[in-house]
Amino acid sequence: MSDPTITALALTDLPTKKSIFKPHRIVLMAIAAAVVFCIVWFMRWDWVPEYSDRLADGVGMTLIMLASTSILGFLLAVPIGLVQVTGPWPLKMLAQVFCTVIRGTPLLLQLWLLYYGLGSLFPQFPEIRNSFLWPYLRESWPYGVVALTLSFAAYEGEVMRGAFAGVPSGELEAARAYGMSPFTVFRRIWLPRAVHRALPTLTGETVLQLKATPLVATITVIDVYAIISQVRQKTYLTYEPLLLLALIYLCLTAILVVGFRYFESKIPTRGA
Amino acid sequence: MADAGSLINWSLLALEPPGWGGVMLAGLWQSLQIAVGGYALGLILGTGGAMGKLYGGPVTKDLLEVYTTLVRAVPELVLILILYYAGTDVLNQLSALVGFGPVDISGLAAGIFVIGVVQGAYSTEVLRGAIKAVPAGQMEAARAYGMSPFQVMRRITLPAMLPHAIPGLSNLWLIATKDTALLAVVGFSELTLVTRQAAGSTKAYLLFFCAAGVLYLMITLVSNVLIGFIERHYRRGMARAA
Repeated sequence: MSDPTITALALTDLPTKKSIFKPHRIVLMAIAAAVVFCIVWFMRWDWVPEYSDRLADGVGMTLIMLASTSILGFLLAVPIGLVQVTGPWPLKMLAQVFCTVIRGTPLLLQLWLLYYGLGSLFPQFPEIRNSFLWPYLRESWPYGVVALTLSFAAYEGEVMRGAFAGVPSGELEAARAYGMSPFTVFRRIWLPRAVHRALPTLTGETVLQLKATPLVATITVIDVYAIISQVRQKTYLTYEPLLLLALIYLCLTAILVVGFRYFESKIPTRGA
Repeated sequence: MADAGSLINWSLLALEPPGWGGVMLAGLWQSLQIAVGGYALGLILGTGGAMGKLYGGPVTKDLLEVYTTLVRAVPELVLILILYYAGTDVLNQLSALVGFGPVDISGLAAGIFVIGVVQGAYSTEVLRGAIKAVPAGQMEAARAYGMSPFQVMRRITLPAMLPHAIPGLSNLWLIATKDTALLAVVGFSELTLVTRQAAGSTKAYLLFFCAAGVLYLMITLVSNVLIGFIERHYRRGMARAA
């Protein structure tokens, strides 16, 4: 996916603060405040204190899933991008097939394939049941982590491929002319330059990953979405829990975007 | 004990009722209908939204900004749940107000509505970027010829922005096909949910989920070929992208 598409899919910039107090905006904000007041006043929110602890745990679980799968996925995306640019053809083919398959099927299906498919296959092998991994394989979160990691790696791998290919060849030639070994060239020049080029898309990809995390609730990982589902089943409320959930995700996205903007401003760029 | 032969029972995929192949193809048909309908609705909303965001008044611009910001910041799954319940609820209350009593909304219509509203925000952003890429001089020239705003739109802006919009719009189509899987969570029997039911009742989870994956992959690959044709057609006469 190209950069503009990611921007169209995921919020990557907060609305600017400039001229927030135009007359029509004040009217709009007054209307918005009235709507919020009506929502708070006329809808039922008495369940919130009872569930606040569990909601906090759920948000924590969502964030853990987001952070672990984004980091693991990025680490996996680097070799996937690299072999597509310079690798021998079997590895290149493998990486391309991996990206096509993961990006061509819904994440929900991949998640269910891993959880129900592999999860029903593993117990049939006594070697797996007796191994030290078995206590983890009986849980649901490893399948969620694997599915989300693979998905992030496939999407970001495509970005990394473009980033590796886009590093000017003169820089690599200069490094080689200095007598650096291929690995040193990679470590000192190619990887840092490629990561730098891929950084602008990272905000969007991470927000997209945040938007993908609630899917793990369908395989019984207790994230914030699962907690809200429990609330809905216990209290028979339709809208209130969902509105709170949307608000929580809105805040998480805003925090992510602001955080990434801050880190991006710390990285020196030429001419900026 | 588990060996390859006993794990794969191909007769489960047969088209006739003891097999589940026919049911899965029906689910695929439902998914495709929702994807096409939702994508088309999204394009209509997106064209209007992009126009409003670029040429609308200040209030229109702000409201559209709120719409696209909310949709891009909240997970599709949550949006689908909210829109699904809110949409059917509002429609029922409206029809009760008019005096028709509660209406039975088909899952297909609800699915198309939900996917369409989500896609609408995405295509608003894609189309807005594409329209901004059209040189302003071309539109000014059209206006100087005395064309009405609608004629400028039809003759100049839309054809000139299409080459810029097609990569983004084709990505949105692929996303629309995959987002239909999320409707499984609200219990609409599209391909993913049908697959899960088939897998659950036969216990052949791997077989069915892989088969569904192949079907989704086919949609993507066929779409990619068609997109290639369309892109070549609309980029003809343009300088190759750097």
